[in-house]
Amino acid sequence: MDDIQQILQSMMREAVSPTTAAVALAVIGLNIHFGYTGLLNIGQSAFMLLGAYGFAIMVDQGHSMWLGILVGLLLAFVFALVLGVPTLKLRGDYLAIVTISAAEIVRYVGRSVGYEWLFKLTGGAQGIPGSHYRGPFSDLSFFPGGDTVLLEFNYHDVGGGSTVVRLVGWVVVIGLIWAAVRIGRGRMGPAAGGARAGILAGLIVLTLFGLFFLVPVGAQNTGVNGWWYTFVAWVLVALGLMIVLGLTRSPWGRALRGVREDEDAMRSLGKNVFAIKMQALVIGGLFGAVGGMMYVLPAAVQPDALGRNITFFCYTSLLLGGAATIWGPVLGSLIFWVGRIAIIGISNTYLSSDNYINIMNGQQTSQFAFIVIGVALMLLVIFRPQGILGDKRELRFNV
Amino acid sequence: MSEPMATTTTTRGLGDPATRLALMSGVSPEPGASKPDSILTVDKIVRQFGGITAVDVDHLEVQRGIITALIGPNGAGKTTFFNLITGFDRPTSAGQGAHWTFDGSSLDRTSASRVAKSGMVRTFQLTKALSRMTVMDNMMLGAQNQAGENLAKSLFKPFWGAQEKEIEAKAVELLERFKLLDKRTDYAGSLSGGQRKLLEMARALMSDPKMIMLDEPMAGVNPALTQSLLGHVQSLRDEGMTVLFVEHDMHVVRHISDWVVVMAEGRLVAEGPADTVMSNQAVIDAYLGAHHDTDLGDDALLSDAAFEQIEKEVAEEDAEREEEQS
Repeated sequence: MDDIQQILQSMMREAVSPTTAAVALAVIGLNIHFGYTGLLNIGQSAFMLLGAYGFAIMVDQGHSMWLGILVGLLLAFVFALVLGVPTLKLRGDYLAIVTISAAEIVRYVGRSVGYEWLFKLTGGAQGIPGSHYRGPFSDLSFFPGGDTVLLEFNYHDVGGGSTVVRLVGWVVVIGLIWAAVRIGRGRMGPAAGGARAGILAGLIVLTLFGLFFLVPVGAQNTGVNGWWYTFVAWVLVALGLMIVLGLTRSPWGRALRGVREDEDAMRSLGKNVFAIKMQALVIGGLFGAVGGMMYVLPAAVQPDALGRNITFFCYTSLLLGGAATIWGPVLGSLIFWVGRIAIIGISNTYLSSDNYINIMNGQQTSQFAFIVIGVALMLLVIFRPQGILGDKRELRFNV
Repeated sequence: MSEPMATTTTTRGLGDPATRLALMSGVSPEPGASKPDSILTVDKIVRQFGGITAVDVDHLEVQRGIITALIGPNGAGKTTFFNLITGFDRPTSAGQGAHWTFDGSSLDRTSASRVAKSGMVRTFQLTKALSRMTVMDNMMLGAQNQAGENLAKSLFKPFWGAQEKEIEAKAVELLERFKLLDKRTDYAGSLSGGQRKLLEMARALMSDPKMIMLDEPMAGVNPALTQSLLGHVQSLRDEGMTVLFVEHDMHVVRHISDWVVVMAEGRLVAEGPADTVMSNQAVIDAYLGAHHDTDLGDDALLSDAAFEQIEKEVAEEDAEREEEQS
């Protein structure tokens, strides 16, 4: 039981970590590109990297944090324009080719050591250590010092943390999730309207409480990876979701989906397809830049950490959660990163120790996790191609 | 060329067949004839694909407020011509005299979306329903000048909420008229081919066009639906809209069109009212072939005598043609 609790602890820590939230932000941006507008952007990592560089370099050079954020966003904006102007008038595949190459160019420029002045700014492949730019952000924290465990009231306080309490707790949590899914699919409770949304929200809050009760997470309040970082990152995700919700429910969002379906039809209806695509590319890119800033805050700006891999993880998360859905990106990112940690934890505990089976070493467990994720993704695309939250009806008419 | 008549005032209310007949009776039935009140004027449009000249139209005017049919055999360049004037394709002759105006404004350098905004909306031969969107969303996209499609305003509903309601009411009205109202929440991709044609036409009407261009609206539509589509097209005309459509079915053309323009091998070969155009020798030759009266299914034709007869006719015709050209 202790082993399991340990794995659950590391999963929970990953779930609330600012890194997961940062990726979720980038995926929200990618969802605007790929899910709503049908733009095949395979260079989301470059938007993240540019945002991160803009922010980190400005702060590192002694400017204010706000200027850094602005420069990061501006870089992503210009990058989107530079990519979009030549390619958005062509067929979709060209954008894919150009974005993936441009992302690699950005990464290689970042890690190049050829130019002294550039190397001084970016620090080459070593990158910029987080301690160089993290200061102003941590100073903003209005949280008191010290540590906090969430929840303070947890399973230790009930029956001395006995196994029975935890098992009952998990049954309750799983029951809550099951009920939420049933209601979400309209199989139970009120069919629509405010009551349904209220019940769903209540169930989700209860589930969260249950999870934190069963798996309390302790961290510093303002330190690296502390609660301040987590708080800001998830608030940004919530803001991003609200913006996307507003945008996609507006006539502008309708035009985005129209462009995804058929550009010529949209032209014949008098819509400026190029402008709509460009706006989508820029907005999604800005989300990527914010995600990139959040991604490097608890870590360091290393160009190789924001390479192709991140783009593909973003796509995996997006397809997992469901493209062209509001919550899909967040759910997908959570499941992807937490699932990865779960597989690593399980294989570390059971497949790589003398207590149980010992068939792989510590390094292999991490690789094993990606193998399992890859297979899972294949199964997902075969058996549930619309993702977890997607609408199956949409798949019947492949254009 | 006939004298242009002062009929600009009668552009609305051409619902009476006699009025239309009187209006067009002054127009001489020859290719490129000038019309009393043309809404679309096209000059020197040439489109070449490599060595092939797909379209070579010297001059064409389309009369306002009536139904004009554009007919011609397969490969005559009708759809290419549509693409050219609606901005989906660029003429090879661009910058070398190619010039076309719609409702008084020049469209020489105008993109497809601007053409649509100026009031000339088209449909497609292969319908372009936005499959993974609902019928209602398809319709709402057709409306012009939506404040909510401006990115800066889209996040704030007060800017576009009222307009959205108006558009929705209009969409419901049009769907009702085209008998698609009970499909409003269905995905457009789940509609049948004929329903998609209806949806596309209804969507085009959302923009209140001055002129609607239909590319083979009846292709692949069952006879009953054809009847109702024809009714819709005629009622559009009666409401004062100009209609230009491409069609292969001669019965349809004869039934609803007030004026017929015939294309063959990229050129205009004839113009005129439906009944006169169809008896025009050039049209019959181009459209039906010189031997259209011969029944190919008749076994009697398989006799040697019949073959010799046909060969002789062909030889005569060839000689005639050579004579004409020399």
